[in-house]
Amino acid sequence: MLEISNLTHTYGSGPSAHNALDGIDLTVAEGELVCIVGPSGCGKSTLLRSIAGLLRPTGGQVVLNGSPVEQTPDNLAVVFQDYSRSLFPWMSVADNVSLPLRRKAMDKKQRKDAALEALEQVGLESAGAKYPWQLSGGMQQRVSIARALAYRPALLLMDEPFGSVDAQTREELEDLTLRVRGHHNMTIVLITHDIDESVYVGDRVVVLSKAPAGIVGDLRVDLPGPRDQITTREHPDFVHLRAEVGRLVRGMRSQPASASQ
Amino acid sequence: MKRVLRAAGRLWAVPVVLVVWELVTRAAENLSFPPPTTIAASMYEMWLTGPPERLWLTDAALENIPASVGRLLAGWVLAGVIGTAVGLVLGRRPLYFRFVDPLVQFARAIPPPMLLPFFMALFAIGPQMQINVIVFGIIWPVLINAAEGARHIDRQYVDTARVFGLSLKQRLFLLVLPAAMPKIFAGLRVSLSLALILMVISELVGSTDGIGFQLLDAQRSYDLPGVWGTIVVLGVLGYVLNSAFLAAERRVLSWHRTAKQTT
Ligand SMILES: Nc1ncnc2c1ncn2[C@@H]1O[C@H](COP(=O)(O)OP(=O)(O)OP(=O)(O)O)[C@@H](O)[C@H]1O
Ligand SMILES: [Mg+2]
Repeated sequence: MLEISNLTHTYGSGPSAHNALDGIDLTVAEGELVCIVGPSGCGKSTLLRSIAGLLRPTGGQVVLNGSPVEQTPDNLAVVFQDYSRSLFPWMSVADNVSLPLRRKAMDKKQRKDAALEALEQVGLESAGAKYPWQLSGGMQQRVSIARALAYRPALLLMDEPFGSVDAQTREELEDLTLRVRGHHNMTIVLITHDIDESVYVGDRVVVLSKAPAGIVGDLRVDLPGPRDQITTREHPDFVHLRAEVGRLVRGMRSQPASASQ
Repeated sequence: MKRVLRAAGRLWAVPVVLVVWELVTRAAENLSFPPPTTIAASMYEMWLTGPPERLWLTDAALENIPASVGRLLAGWVLAGVIGTAVGLVLGRRPLYFRFVDPLVQFARAIPPPMLLPFFMALFAIGPQMQINVIVFGIIWPVLINAAEGARHIDRQYVDTARVFGLSLKQRLFLLVLPAAMPKIFAGLRVSLSLALILMVISELVGSTDGIGFQLLDAQRSYDLPGVWGTIVVLGVLGYVLNSAFLAAERRVLSWHRTAKQTT
């Protein structure tokens, strides 16, 4: 459903130019949850912004469901990294969640119901009348996820969505992501710099190199049974994959036997 | 009850100043500085000796005060609406902003009272001329603040609006306007006090009614308590307008105050 071919992006020009993306080729199938890991500052957000049509890359192209991304596509939602700036503080939580539904053919009542339903899915059904700044960071991020869910996008992009919450909330949100993904059968691209998280959440882990970002690894994650924070993380396959991804992120050679592509 | 007490606590200096002023002016016996009681009597005479069915308001009170306040508010609202609309557009369109900015800086630098002769030549003396002077004199703080507020909207808010495909109108009313609102209010507040000043000045030179006209009238007939009385009314009017404005701001910007405290 998503095809990225030879994507390059250079910020600025002349001697101060910064080459952020260096020929990225990536295909994501319908219903897949792909994690993209890479060192800090390598160009992950740049990649995500190009997919979302928020940035016009200097080279290559992104094709979503058969049509090239020129402006922001209609059936795509983003959960941004910084929860404190992803919701509008002048709107109630429910209004924030129903905000993107305004472009759909829904009346006020339908929008309200859809927002409430999405809030229920993230366990915040009683917070609709509150304002974002009355919620904790983890709750705000859950509202952002609810907003994306209410929108029912074909593709959900998440840019280090759990980067700025505490470890326990982070685990909760990871499980929430897995749960809602099962519900809606969405395609998700999740960006993270956390190696454990990428292996825990993803069906597939794509590893980016240091700047300029290129793909240095693409591993399929095959873990038995439903994911569980304790048992999955101690499973030998998990431990093995984590080490593998860690090596790739640090720029070491992968052991040929375990690389899948 | 607690609020009343707190307000009373803040206002305790007023009676003290009044008493001291009364004593000093009585002792000095200078005609230019009548004691507060004389001023109060003159104010009563001027405004509150009408027929009971009109709540004792005199013709002067019913003509001059509403005329002045009406022009002030009309000018302020017009300036607020036009200034906000133009400012938001300029703020979101950097190219226009660069062309228009020097003009705005130039227009803003003109001391507004200097506009009076020009506007008096342009329009006949009367409310239209006065409202124009007020609008032209006070629009700049609103316009510049609105542009500034619209220019510095967090990129992530803008990205959110783009990703979720908000229309131009929705972006304006659900994102740009509320995001710039704190700045716009700061501008509106400055404009409100400027509006009061321009209202009086325009009435001093070109008017047949209004508080400023009454001030001039009292001065021409050497009625110094009357002059002082109109000054007091102007002060009270300024105080009331500013308080009402602050109360409105607290309501509209409650999200802003609290959001700032928690993050
Ligand atoms: N608007 C910009 N202009 C110039 N350079 C930029 C711009 N945005 C990002 N960069 C540079 O491009 C590089 C990649 O940025 P990007 O934000 O994509 O990294 P990232 O992988 O998302 O980092 P992080 O993990 O810190 O979020 C960085 O070195 C950054 O300095
Ligand atoms: Mg980033």
